[in-house]
Amino acid sequence: MMGKDYSLKTMMEKPERLSPGHRMCAGCGATIGVRAVLRALHEEDHAVIGNATGCLEVSSYMYPYSAWEDSYIHNAFENAGATLSGVETAYKVLKKKGKLGEKDNFKFITFGGDGGTYDIGFQSLSGAMERGHDMVYVCYDNGAYMNTGIQRSSATPMFADTTTTPAGKVSNGKIQYRKDLSSIIAEHYVPYVAQTTLTRDFKDLHRKAETAIYTKGAAFLNMMTPCPRGWRYEMSEIMEICRLAVETCYWPLFEVVDGKWILNYEPKKKLPIEDFLKPQGRFKHLFKPGNEHLIELFQQEVDKRWEDLQYRCAR
Amino acid sequence: MSRSRDEVVCSKSIPERMSGNEAVSYAVRQVNPDVMPAFPITPSTEIPQMVSSYIANGEIDTEFIPVESEHSAMSAAIGAEAAGARTMTATSSAGLALMWEELLLAASNRLPIVLTLVNRTLSGPININCDHSDGMGARDTGWIQIYSENNQEAYDNYIQAFPIAEDPRVHLPVMICQDGFITSHAVENIELLEDAPVKAFVGEYNPEEFLLNPGKPVSVGPYAVSAYSMEAKRAQEAAMERAGEVILEVAERFREMSGRSYGFFEEYRTEDAKYLMVIMGSAAGTAKAAVDMLREEGHKVGILKLRVFRPFPEKEIAEAIRRSGCKAVAIMDRCESYNGCSGPLGSEIPAALFRNKVMVETVNYIYGLAGRDFTVEHVQSVFAELEEVAQGKKEAPNHKYIGLRE
Repeated sequence: MMGKDYSLKTMMEKPERLSPGHRMCAGCGATIGVRAVLRALHEEDHAVIGNATGCLEVSSYMYPYSAWEDSYIHNAFENAGATLSGVETAYKVLKKKGKLGEKDNFKFITFGGDGGTYDIGFQSLSGAMERGHDMVYVCYDNGAYMNTGIQRSSATPMFADTTTTPAGKVSNGKIQYRKDLSSIIAEHYVPYVAQTTLTRDFKDLHRKAETAIYTKGAAFLNMMTPCPRGWRYEMSEIMEICRLAVETCYWPLFEVVDGKWILNYEPKKKLPIEDFLKPQGRFKHLFKPGNEHLIELFQQEVDKRWEDLQYRCAR
Repeated sequence: MSRSRDEVVCSKSIPERMSGNEAVSYAVRQVNPDVMPAFPITPSTEIPQMVSSYIANGEIDTEFIPVESEHSAMSAAIGAEAAGARTMTATSSAGLALMWEELLLAASNRLPIVLTLVNRTLSGPININCDHSDGMGARDTGWIQIYSENNQEAYDNYIQAFPIAEDPRVHLPVMICQDGFITSHAVENIELLEDAPVKAFVGEYNPEEFLLNPGKPVSVGPYAVSAYSMEAKRAQEAAMERAGEVILEVAERFREMSGRSYGFFEEYRTEDAKYLMVIMGSAAGTAKAAVDMLREEGHKVGILKLRVFRPFPEKEIAEAIRRSGCKAVAIMDRCESYNGCSGPLGSEIPAALFRNKVMVETVNYIYGLAGRDFTVEHVQSVFAELEEVAQGKKEAPNHKYIGLRE
């Protein structure tokens, strides 16, 4: 059983595979999530880390400095899936041809933001998943194109105020609901898909990352990682925001193992969506008098998706 | 690099009949590359099909990645090559256009990927036949480009591509081009080489640095600020400049193995020629036939068939034209530039002549777009016009279309 003897304290004693000194923002969820994923790598294993263009890439490998302790490849924005599938295939051949020793084990993990994953890199991701490369695609989902300055993505929640869906006199922010990418990748029938975020002890994230890395075949991890610039919360509030996303069922924790849907956490008392929306500046306009119906619409969508998920997990 | 530069195993010639696509696939079987990501597109589709058959029958241990687009084909090729695997792919037309962004990254990351380009026009209108607009569209992406006249050259150039690309002085990707359908599908005689000499010629791929080097991790594809980016680009250009000598060295080794000689270009009956035609690809065969006929009638005409387009052998072209002592040059473009004045060769050849102070009359012709026939009669009419221009009987037409429907 993965993560059985898990303790955050012990985990934090492992050598970091993403070195400090990179240029990501204070209070950024992505780096916290990435470090947690990398902690799930067994120390004896090598890894090649892929990365779509985005905040993480431009801030972690700025020539001549790399924050990555493992081999790392950034190619372009929309092709992290395809790029890592090439690396993984090379590994297969070099093993087959005896150019790598029996003990030279490599694992393949690629990171992309929601722009590089849900949108521009969607085809490349879908192709890599369908072909079943032995790799993990980790989406650090912060719900907008943060690197270019907070433009909406298909992962942006409805009504969010972004720079391409600004709230204004005749606009309430983004019009559309968000795309449910975890389900879409699950429908590829890959061996492992999981949705996670930063929880207090990081156990959920750790266990899922470890399972994803050590499951043979293609795996997808959708990791909600708040962005203080885009979501406009107090930096110190990041863990509370993540907790509220889970407790309101906005971001449920689940996994799909060989096609079987498993709900990992059910709040004892599902909190109203306002609790998640309120601390974030991007939803400020929803709390103006007369906009109550917008929050109601948001709540209805959360409820509907939560019910769908419960149904899938109960089957 | 573990390849020994001095040892060349001579090969017997094996006479065979095959198409250009078959010839390249046969070369792939002999080279046995590690990884081939590819997406089908006419007229290059047969290459991934044939390679897949070799794999299915256990003849090679290449891993084929059936990617979902050409963009992903080049992306996966970059991943595989950076990881330390010898990697190749094949495409045409829109496929190359879709790869465009990645072509730049393959070159700037200094990855010696080999791509077979089966030249086909770019849309629109959509059309599956040959011209050079795909290759010419990628002429400034940092790839070495070598064009082939026929199946034999496609085969020979392909085998030379790996030692050129992987040479530590170069480390650049190479595009081996052949004309769609005309070369790729027409079956012609060919002299194949034996497996063992080809394998020895190409050697093992042992890169200095690669992702899958246990205990020696590397980072590939940095963000670079302005303080570093320009140096990276200059270093890349310097590699392209060095590629010229390596191309000639590899050609010399290839001659020792096969008995067939290659240079930057082929000069066909250019000695004492008064009128020259610069041409590239399969149409050179037609042009040579026309030159033979014209020579019999006493016309002093010749052909300069460009083989290496990138790096552009500017000085050598200018010198060859100077040496011939010709009065006028027809520059043949199987591609439009849409710049309002000339095709790509129509811009670059006159620039080469001017910079090297070779002052001859040049006329740029556009021919064979989207598979339009180009015949011996067309060549004859070009030379006739060139003669009139040189004798002052006619003003030089600029940017003239050949074989256009009136």
